[in-house]
Amino acid sequence: MTAETIAPPALEVRDLVVHYGPKRRRGRTEPAVDGVSFDIGPGETVGLVGESGSGKSTIGKAILGLQPPTSGTIRLNGRDITHMPLRERRSVIADLRVVFQDPYSSLNPAQTIGETLIEPLRILGVGKADGWRRAGETLWSVGLTADALHHYPDQFSGGQRQRIAVARALVCQPRVVVLDEPVSALDLSTQAQVLNLLADLRDQHQYSFLFVAHDLGVVRFLAQRAVVLYRGQIMEAGPVDAVTERPKHPYTAALTASAPVPRPAEQAQRREAREALGVGAAGAAAPSLTGCPFATRCPAADELTRTERPALRLLGESLVACHHATSDGPPEPLGATPG
Amino acid sequence: MSINDADHVVTVPAVHRRRLPAFLRSPGGVFGAGWLVLVIVLSFTAGFWRPYGINEQDLANRFALPGADHWLGTDEMGRDLLSRILTAGAQPLLTSALTVLVAFGLGIPMALLAAEHGPRFERWFSRLSEILLALPGMIILLAVIGAVGVRLNIVMTVLGVMISAAVYRVMLGVAKSVRQRLYVDAARVNGLGSLRVNVKYVVPGMATVMAVQAAQLFGIAILIQSGLAFMGFGPPSPQPSWGGMIGDASQQVYNAPWLMVPTGVVLALTVVAANALADAIAGQVAGERPVARRRRRKATRGGAEAREGETFAADTVPADQVPADTVPADRAPVLDVRDLTVAVDDGPATVTDVSFSLRAGRVLGLVGESGCGKTMTARALIGLLPDGVAVSGGSIGWQGRDLAALPEDGLRAIRGREIAMISQEPMVALDPMFSVAYQLTVPIRRFRGVGRGEARRIAAELLNQVGIVDAEGVLRSYPHQLSGGMAQRVAIALALTGRPKLLIADEPTTALDVTVQAEILSLLRALVRDTGLSVLIVSHDLGVVADICDDIAVMYAGQVVESGAAAAVLDDPRMPYTMALLAANPHVPEGQPVPERLACIPGTVPPPADWPAGCRFADRCRFAAPECSAPIPLFSAHESGSVRCVRVDEIDRTHLTWEAESLGAEEAADTGVSS
Repeated sequence: MTAETIAPPALEVRDLVVHYGPKRRRGRTEPAVDGVSFDIGPGETVGLVGESGSGKSTIGKAILGLQPPTSGTIRLNGRDITHMPLRERRSVIADLRVVFQDPYSSLNPAQTIGETLIEPLRILGVGKADGWRRAGETLWSVGLTADALHHYPDQFSGGQRQRIAVARALVCQPRVVVLDEPVSALDLSTQAQVLNLLADLRDQHQYSFLFVAHDLGVVRFLAQRAVVLYRGQIMEAGPVDAVTERPKHPYTAALTASAPVPRPAEQAQRREAREALGVGAAGAAAPSLTGCPFATRCPAADELTRTERPALRLLGESLVACHHATSDGPPEPLGATPG
Repeated sequence: MSINDADHVVTVPAVHRRRLPAFLRSPGGVFGAGWLVLVIVLSFTAGFWRPYGINEQDLANRFALPGADHWLGTDEMGRDLLSRILTAGAQPLLTSALTVLVAFGLGIPMALLAAEHGPRFERWFSRLSEILLALPGMIILLAVIGAVGVRLNIVMTVLGVMISAAVYRVMLGVAKSVRQRLYVDAARVNGLGSLRVNVKYVVPGMATVMAVQAAQLFGIAILIQSGLAFMGFGPPSPQPSWGGMIGDASQQVYNAPWLMVPTGVVLALTVVAANALADAIAGQVAGERPVARRRRRKATRGGAEAREGETFAADTVPADQVPADTVPADRAPVLDVRDLTVAVDDGPATVTDVSFSLRAGRVLGLVGESGCGKTMTARALIGLLPDGVAVSGGSIGWQGRDLAALPEDGLRAIRGREIAMISQEPMVALDPMFSVAYQLTVPIRRFRGVGRGEARRIAAELLNQVGIVDAEGVLRSYPHQLSGGMAQRVAIALALTGRPKLLIADEPTTALDVTVQAEILSLLRALVRDTGLSVLIVSHDLGVVADICDDIAVMYAGQVVESGAAAAVLDDPRMPYTMALLAANPHVPEGQPVPERLACIPGTVPPPADWPAGCRFADRCRFAAPECSAPIPLFSAHESGSVRCVRVDEIDRTHLTWEAESLGAEEAADTGVSS
């Protein structure tokens, strides 16, 4: 996907499939993640966008080793970590860290901030004095002072906790950080602080971020590329401006048109544009396993869409999984919109 | 709980965290812990202080009642009861502790393994625990005694093995839920080994439930052990045991009834104490949950009307002064809130002097961050405030009545019928036990006085109205079968059963996906257009507000800081806080450049106790000046609206805006403030 990158990708995901539930039922149920491939280059931020049930968080979990994949490969700096056992993982894992969505349950209430930050360093064999020094420095880099080391998580506000969670991820100086909805539990003003912090860190230290989010506006702010998921499959992927400004897939078009902007006049136009798309209501009947996952909501769905899954193909700057999309944009609705 | 200081500055008070455990602050906990400690200490030190030997007979004083010589009296051989009871205590206490230890030693590792490895282990452990639970406990114990004799350590160990099945059952659920906490995942990502994850993260999270279980099992084990001794399977004859002593006393129950009392009371109190301790520890867990929402209001509202006249002038310009070309004359406010103040009992006010009005068929948005009092304001309108919070001033004008002065009975008649409410989480409104049809028809029959069949027809009609095509199918389903968007539609239909004139929607789309959110907003817009419903929407999302609201009121720290027509306020914000909120929003329309950095508001919303007399936003405001420390009235703005800022004209004249600072400067400024 990113043939132009010279260095090997920091993270490479190939044909990832993840099934939940017992093995014997796997043939009959829809997988949570179904054949997803993407790369993240060094210093690049990729936004993984989708609504609930799109499999975006599952991909994050599979990369982190928290959910074993059914098939596919995950490579970190060229090294296969797909099924790497925990013990072996520990040596490469310093390069891969995570920031979770909920700043309240992601910090152990029984540990001081210092203990939380030191722990991953100790596992890597860093000495105690050195560890405390690095923990203090990392806190400073996320905008907190070293006093915080001696306090417990319940003494901090949500935004401060999320800074601490970022510090925990960065204290080992990783190369790839999975950001799993890091700002969606925060208030607007705090969200802006944390987003700016992440943008600063990205620019200063060349971290590779996998930014998992449901909010295209936030992804547009932070990411260079966006991958749009629906029911575990990639619908569209490409440079973030191309995906958000000139969507080719009807689902991406619906997603961008649905995100409201705080300008009443423009929002009224966008609303009309969204209604003109004719995308069906969410929660409609499940599509067939062999066809396009978006078929039951798509205004341009025909027999081909319902029976054959579209492959990703390059349209303009983006990869799009749609039989009928063109490089000009999403397909026109077929006459009357389906119920 | 949190330090609401400037977000970058950690000025945490040095609170020492080792306080008295919460369970020791309840009477039951004090009794339980106190009695158990007393019995344990006295039993294990009995050899040093007991007044008589355990077999020392005083045949002249058989069956003595309590007295100076024998504090608890004597038994049929004139032996001192106090000495015997407390000497006998050591064994049941020790062996019961052994039972608990064995039960936990087996049950908890099994639960941890099953929680970690999922179905593979769980299947085997669960079968094993089912077998253990199916065994008749007492018979097994008697069989063991038959085989090995009265060797209590072995018998109680076997009991522990059998009880471990129950421990496993309870602990499995707890371990699973603790494992779902994100900090456990974070530790695994850090490369922490399985054993250390369990010991350092999972077990501490289970500690409270373990303590409850241990205390209860301890009581049960003492009872079983005493039961065995009562039947004669205790220590051999001259040796005292609680069960054996009760057994002996039962032989003499007619000629010496007192004999039963001391041993019986000590045994009963010990078991009750163990259970009281368990209850107290469990209660501490329950107390951590938020209290159920309950209506609460004060009758003391005499000053409200008197104050109204004085503050009226400074407040939002009433709707009737709005130019006639924007609002039809027949649209007088249906809801007119004046100087509403909501306060915590014996505490600070969380909402102060909030005024706004809502006209028929219009949508008003209350906007602000969490902690600004917008939900509290909305809930106060229909008297649904949490315990300990009440309206302490102002009026809520509704259809010629003041809801703030109405007693609970009056409010109950209004809730659902005139004013309905939907919340962020649609599942809260729906009972998982009943079908959608049942949940809709019950209020329809009550509100509209129709029969069963008619109610069902109306229910289907309402579901059609909220955009559900397959109304019959949804009526037959149960809440768990509905998706989030569908559930919110049903919740809206439920709110419409009483044909309300006003719908209060508290973050109605926050929990929903963005495409579903757009559908729900379109639905609300259609309802307003078709039925003339008025909607008060509470939201933190300026995009949602821009999409649906006619008017908005921006709240900050319990006050309305800016209000007016949505287009006016959002396109031309006058209050620095509104400017800052808009600048912090990463959503820009297509075709416009995404900012390199977002504008920040340093710090967080201060808690009510720290609100200054002057502008409450001044601490975080880029444009704060000395004059901001005096109380700020509302100034007229946006034609029909208002703004609470003394520098509004100056900011306007000099074209100050709240933009993001240049790259890197933000970080420097942040750390600069911290000193």
